[in-house]
Amino acid sequence: MREPGGKRATRPGLLVLAVAPMVVLLVLPLAAVYLRLDFRTVLDKLAEPEILDALRLSLTTSICATFAVVMLGTPLAYLLATRGFVGRHLLEALVDLPMVLPPTVAGFALLMAFGRAGLAGGTLGALGIHLPFTTAAVVVAQAFMAAPFYVSAARAGFQGVDSRLLEAAATLGADERARFVRVMAPLAAPALAAGATMTFARALGEFGATITFAGNLPGATRTLPLAVYVALQSDLDAALVLSAMLLAVSFVLLLALRGALARPGWMGRDAAR
Amino acid sequence: MNVRTWCVTASMLFALPVFGGEPSTLTVFAAASLDGPFRELAREFERAEPGVRVRLNLAGSQQLAAQLRQGAKADVFASADARWMAFADSIGVLAAPAMVFAHNSLTVIVPGANPAHITRLQDLARPGIKLVLGAEAVPVGHYSRAMLRNLAQLPGYAPDFAPRVLANTVSEEENVRAVANKVQLGEADAGIVYRSDVTLALARHVREFAVPDAANVVVAYHIAILRSARDRAAAGRFVAMLRSPKGRAILARYRMKSALTDGR
Repeated sequence: MREPGGKRATRPGLLVLAVAPMVVLLVLPLAAVYLRLDFRTVLDKLAEPEILDALRLSLTTSICATFAVVMLGTPLAYLLATRGFVGRHLLEALVDLPMVLPPTVAGFALLMAFGRAGLAGGTLGALGIHLPFTTAAVVVAQAFMAAPFYVSAARAGFQGVDSRLLEAAATLGADERARFVRVMAPLAAPALAAGATMTFARALGEFGATITFAGNLPGATRTLPLAVYVALQSDLDAALVLSAMLLAVSFVLLLALRGALARPGWMGRDAAR
Repeated sequence: MNVRTWCVTASMLFALPVFGGEPSTLTVFAAASLDGPFRELAREFERAEPGVRVRLNLAGSQQLAAQLRQGAKADVFASADARWMAFADSIGVLAAPAMVFAHNSLTVIVPGANPAHITRLQDLARPGIKLVLGAEAVPVGHYSRAMLRNLAQLPGYAPDFAPRVLANTVSEEENVRAVANKVQLGEADAGIVYRSDVTLALARHVREFAVPDAANVVVAYHIAILRSARDRAAAGRFVAMLRSPKGRAILARYRMKSALTDGR
């Protein structure tokens, strides 16, 4: 077997052996969930209003969070991709922070910031906005946790746009706004879409920040991950069905993303790195 | 660092606890509301038995029961209600019948600033109140719902008091500490917790509305030694300490009454 560089690759048997433990670690838990599942239970559980509520809530909040992140994150990604400025590294680190932050810490911090007794709570309250324990708080928690996935993908997408095209547009008289709308955004669109998909998937899986900041109430703030947590303590069948549902949706999303990125017509392989 | 030094260092690290003279650990699964007294009891026990380290796992009783079902190994289980102890019994993890070691009762707390201007318990039914409760599966949530139904029986309360209060629920928490925290932070207008939760530290941040005895519930803490206990004698001594004068004094400091009856 030869690697693309022409170097001698190691024997395939050895590599497979080295890879196997990691693959087993990744696959076994997922397989375990599906092997336990029987079709009858799935149908029974899917008919339960609590589970449908959680599903509906998860989908709507994750869509809202993704929309919010795209609207708020695109300018930031553009700034980071096109400008050098003092404090840039600081801003970049800040953007990435939620990716490594324990979600409960994020939830607690959100409560301290946007809670009624929080830093911005008074201002929000004066405007008639009360976030904690509302569905809006779920969206805020999801957006906070998932934003880095979009911003980093969008920034890479903007940076990947061929600067000669932008220069050509400039010589044709396009100002920065026109260059963004006509050249940069369309060319970076696949990257933006990929980032948005990752953001949606992350929002869908959000747990810790949600339960801490938004609370846990069926129909209002109990999303799929929270429903799994609750069901684990009372109804294992429900927990199983909900887990299978989350796994399937997340996996299909990621798989579709790979497929789309690998299609040369939609997005060049180079840019899809 | 070569492989040899690495191995020696690693084995020394793993051996450290042995050299430190810690032959045994007593793992106690205890209801979240026992946080305060059991920390003190654990310290007391370690003082009395220098060879033993007590490791506390504090969470909602329903969560501890779920962990036991998943095969978690522990020496002692203390549940905040009979329901989860019966569950533990039904899955065969108890080494001996459980007994009741303490009683507690409920109280209503509001943030110090009292943002919803609650002046009496009847106000809990007012629309728009942000009430935080334990989930139904959590002992405190189960007791809270019973207490609200009891209140509705009292003169001065509307017959539909309980459902109206429950309609104000903004979050169902996983344990009683989470309920207390949401009130302490000022995010909830009111919460129902155990009397023992209103410690001096919490009392600085909240106001308490006592529940009339006629409507309050008897919270019974059950304790049992588990089958998975590695040192049943030590586990037995921990349980026995709850009945000792020292143990009873600690429980009393948390406004819990010690009880000496068996759980059946």
